[in-house]
Amino acid sequence: MSAPGTLAFSGRLLRRQLVLALRRPVDIGNPLLFFAMVVVLFPLGLGPVPAALASFAPGILWIIALLANLLTADNLFRGDFEDGSLEQLLLSPQPLYISVLAYVLAQWLVTGLLLALVSPLFAVMLGLAGAAIPVLIASLLLGTAVLSLVGGIGAALTVGLNRGGMLIALLILPFYMPVLIFGSAAVQAVVSGMPAAPHLAILGAMLCLALALAPLAIGAALRISVDA
Amino acid sequence: MVASGSGAVLAAGPLLHAQGLGLERGGRELFRDLSFAVEPGHLMQVEGANGAGKTSLLRILAGLSRYGFSGSVERCAPLLYLGHHSAVKAMLSPRENLAWHISGAGSYSREQIDEALARVGLYGYEDVPSHALSAGQHRRVNLARLYLSAAPLWLLDEPFTAIDRDGVAELEALLVGHAQQGGAVVLTSHQSLSVSYQVAMLSLSAGLQP
Repeated sequence: MSAPGTLAFSGRLLRRQLVLALRRPVDIGNPLLFFAMVVVLFPLGLGPVPAALASFAPGILWIIALLANLLTADNLFRGDFEDGSLEQLLLSPQPLYISVLAYVLAQWLVTGLLLALVSPLFAVMLGLAGAAIPVLIASLLLGTAVLSLVGGIGAALTVGLNRGGMLIALLILPFYMPVLIFGSAAVQAVVSGMPAAPHLAILGAMLCLALALAPLAIGAALRISVDA
Repeated sequence: MVASGSGAVLAAGPLLHAQGLGLERGGRELFRDLSFAVEPGHLMQVEGANGAGKTSLLRILAGLSRYGFSGSVERCAPLLYLGHHSAVKAMLSPRENLAWHISGAGSYSREQIDEALARVGLYGYEDVPSHALSAGQHRRVNLARLYLSAAPLWLLDEPFTAIDRDGVAELEALLVGHAQQGGAVVLTSHQSLSVSYQVAMLSLSAGLQP
């Protein structure tokens, strides 16, 4: 009956979060549906000129991915806050840093990873050059991970508030912007025949920074939210 | 058998030491200069009117409230805290709730979990989604953690809420058994315990009485 090791516990936590997510398939489907709806709307708004759509495609795809992530960020800790699970997590003998990482990883697997995997379909719908699609996937994989980590800070800070939805957007949107800039720039670079590696490298650096710091901030924010 | 608390290696000294605790909420002083030690074998009931600060005190003792009070708390042993909210996930079955419990306190075998659930009267409900259970059964899933726990110190906030009469008697017996085995229990409750064991009363208006 001894306490499980950190790795065993985080694996168990990851599994718990994934099972919880999979039992609410609507929550997984919502961001994807949002993605599809907005992609369908753009040709109607911009006019169905393939060349114009193709040139806007990197920006469009990245903005939608960002907003889809923003939509889900608020839910990261809310359920666990309301039913008292967060109190138990904070009292657990396990390192909070790792537990928080497991939370964010679970959320990223059902949002960011899925968005990155379905993005080629939407890229083709918008007429994005085929050569840019691998870079689009890579930039979304790196970028949405940063977005999930940063979004987790906002979610942890606002979880105690009843109507945190708008506040979380205001809090974390500024930190989303660099990701958007370098993410869409990476795709844009390939389209215009430039190397995308520098942009992806910067996204990778952002991910390293977020991995190192965001769980600390999330943990501290959760303690404040549960304390209040 | 799933023993309660017997797996723990107990320290000789107090399990928890509170020194000069004071709390003010909304300009009202709830308690002041509260000092006590929780020793192995203690069964302590915190009583007071609604709003007297029982839950706040328990959260301070557990370490959930870290700011906004005066005094200090020294925790010398692993503790188990059951709060107002049951931390039971509606989308998970009782068995999953306990096996993947977020407190990360222990790794339990399926047999241990099933036995703990049977002890709280949930035999046959192991695989039912928790949203199909009643409020009292949610509480019972949460109480099953007491049968699994190896933590010597239990902090229980209103553990008898929504529990039927037989359940209350079993729970009282469990608490006494835990104290007799060298654990300690601090609980808040409005009803007095009907146990043949010395219960220390901590009244939040008059200080500690033996």
